[in-house]
Amino acid sequence: MTDATATYTGPHGPKPKRRLSPTNIMLYGTLFVVAVYYLLPLYVMIVTSLKGMPEIRLGNVFAPPVEVTFEPWVKAWAEACTGINCDGLSRGFWNSVQILVPSVILSIAVASVNGYALANWKFKGSEVFFTILIFGAFIPYQVMIYPIVILLREAGEGISAVTGTNFRLMGSIWGLVIVHTIFGMPILTLLFRNYFTSVPEELFKAARVDGAGFWGIYFRIMLPMSLPIFVVAIILQVTGIWNDFLFGVIYTKPDTYPMTVQLNNIVNSVQGVKEYNVNMAATLLTGLVPLVIYFVSGKLFVRGIAAGAVKG
Amino acid sequence: MALTSEKLAEPVAAPALAEDTPSVAIRNLDLAFGSVKVLQNLNLDIRQGEFLVLLGSSGCGKSTLLNCIAGLLDVTGGQIFINERNVTWAEPSERGIGMVFQSYALYPQMSVRGNLSFGLKNQRLPKAEIEERVNRAAGILQIENLLDRKPAALSGGQRQRVAIGRALVRDVDVFLFDEPLSNLDAKLRSELRVEIKRLHQKLSNTMVYVTHDQIEALTLADRIAIMRGGVIQQLDAPQTIYNKPANLYVAGFIGSPSMSFLDAETVESGGTTALQVGARTVPLDGYEGEGPLAPGRKVVFGVRPEHIVVTDAADPAAHVTATVDLDEPMGSDSLLWLDMDGHKLSVRIASDANYAPGSTVGLSFDLSKSSIFDTQSELRL
Repeated sequence: MTDATATYTGPHGPKPKRRLSPTNIMLYGTLFVVAVYYLLPLYVMIVTSLKGMPEIRLGNVFAPPVEVTFEPWVKAWAEACTGINCDGLSRGFWNSVQILVPSVILSIAVASVNGYALANWKFKGSEVFFTILIFGAFIPYQVMIYPIVILLREAGEGISAVTGTNFRLMGSIWGLVIVHTIFGMPILTLLFRNYFTSVPEELFKAARVDGAGFWGIYFRIMLPMSLPIFVVAIILQVTGIWNDFLFGVIYTKPDTYPMTVQLNNIVNSVQGVKEYNVNMAATLLTGLVPLVIYFVSGKLFVRGIAAGAVKG
Repeated sequence: MALTSEKLAEPVAAPALAEDTPSVAIRNLDLAFGSVKVLQNLNLDIRQGEFLVLLGSSGCGKSTLLNCIAGLLDVTGGQIFINERNVTWAEPSERGIGMVFQSYALYPQMSVRGNLSFGLKNQRLPKAEIEERVNRAAGILQIENLLDRKPAALSGGQRQRVAIGRALVRDVDVFLFDEPLSNLDAKLRSELRVEIKRLHQKLSNTMVYVTHDQIEALTLADRIAIMRGGVIQQLDAPQTIYNKPANLYVAGFIGSPSMSFLDAETVESGGTTALQVGARTVPLDGYEGEGPLAPGRKVVFGVRPEHIVVTDAADPAAHVTATVDLDEPMGSDSLLWLDMDGHKLSVRIASDANYAPGSTVGLSFDLSKSSIFDTQSELRL
């Protein structure tokens, strides 16, 4: 009746989409405003850090630098003074690295085994143990600061007495590593436990029939399957420990201050002229590590977070 | 002591002890999760080379029992023997069992070869022997060309074959299957079912197979153990279970479409006992009961759809008359639903037979294949 090649009348095919619909305007408008809100301070910081002091004194905060100089960056890294030390942020950077690496490795190693044991090797009271551990995440840090000072001091003196050395935990990098490991435990254990719970139980049973033990199953079956959750844990710990200020200022000494504490001391120093360009450069330098981490691992992070979503 | 409690625990009959040594022997097994008792005083002997199917609806304890045999669950009481060795406290890997799971449970990051050899590496066997065993298992299951693939690159049927292979390489006496075909589609399921049966014929290992699918149970099993509420209701050859179900539950569970049940009474008729069904008396000629039937008992008369013959309503040979409700054509044959004094009855008829709804037909029962159950105890009489 109708020719197969006849042209259609009325609606046919995909529904046309309007580019400038009210929904799209609202959506992209909001996204733009939010993006500007977050990017503007960063812009001001970068621009200011590239200006010389005379240019800053002109007061045009948003103006791009007329004369680009990297002097403030060099000064922030290698020359800025905190107290008696005048070797810039570099000292704090290396301190932070020395705190960060063992803290991240230690906390993730312990928490992943914790989570694995709690998920797959349930023992009498394991649920109670887990509840107590999670409860630890809700206790305010302030309550625990002083007891930990005493614990670290006594433990350090105990070790010194036993080994006959002058070992100190309080005020040393190792003390801070222990503190970070302990405080990372609740949230990391929760993360790993939930991830390992989502691994099919039959896989675990099959491995037991195949003769693998606690560590065999952990290293040969579970670990290779849980890269996403390890990435999440690493990101959480690296950014958390790098950005930490409170524990750093309490449990270390000026020689071993992490980068954040040193940054504060540079920016908040009351003597002399306020060098805004140096302060901005120092702040950017300190923030660089978490920034790089986020940029590199964005996709993996989202995937891992979804995989370890809080459930049961 | 064991003997008396055995009698108490089994409502039907204590499992007969095998003449030769049982491959798997379960003695007075108890298992409880907290206060929930899943298995209570369970006794079971599995013969050498036997294919035993544990059948039951979900929650009946069949998988729990299998996990106990495997050693994946700690028992609350009792003992488990495998080839006369008490393995009650042994690790799963030390029990001489291989297990196949419903979800395949293949290690996702290992190749098929890695999956097959994982257990052997844990036993620290020499490389050459691992290689040889893996190749032999792969040959039997025809998965040689898949050895270097990851499980993610396999189809469901291939995955399950690898999972069976993982049990095969262990060179064990007892295979445990936990609903291995439930995740597959209907066609693959029937294919793999045949393969498992062939595998059993070839290897003649003892196999314990958990399923809720009665077709799988009937086709595969040497003996079926039907479980309900953690208790074995009947342990017998498939044909015996089908023709002489030990109680009402087994009778209703096995067979699809299921057995029709009619309330009846035993009566005295011409010197022998007959069955009073509705207004008609059915002589018990040819009934193979467990013992003599006394008149005056309230009973349930059970008959399968294929053991009823539809005749003319006026046929003097007909036992009862019934009204046609509806006709369900099933291809090879048809299922005729009938109404008899408010009782629903189904009859298997030839697919070309035609009965108008509402018409009255006569029925005669094949009593040699029917069952009569006591109303109170629900046991077969």
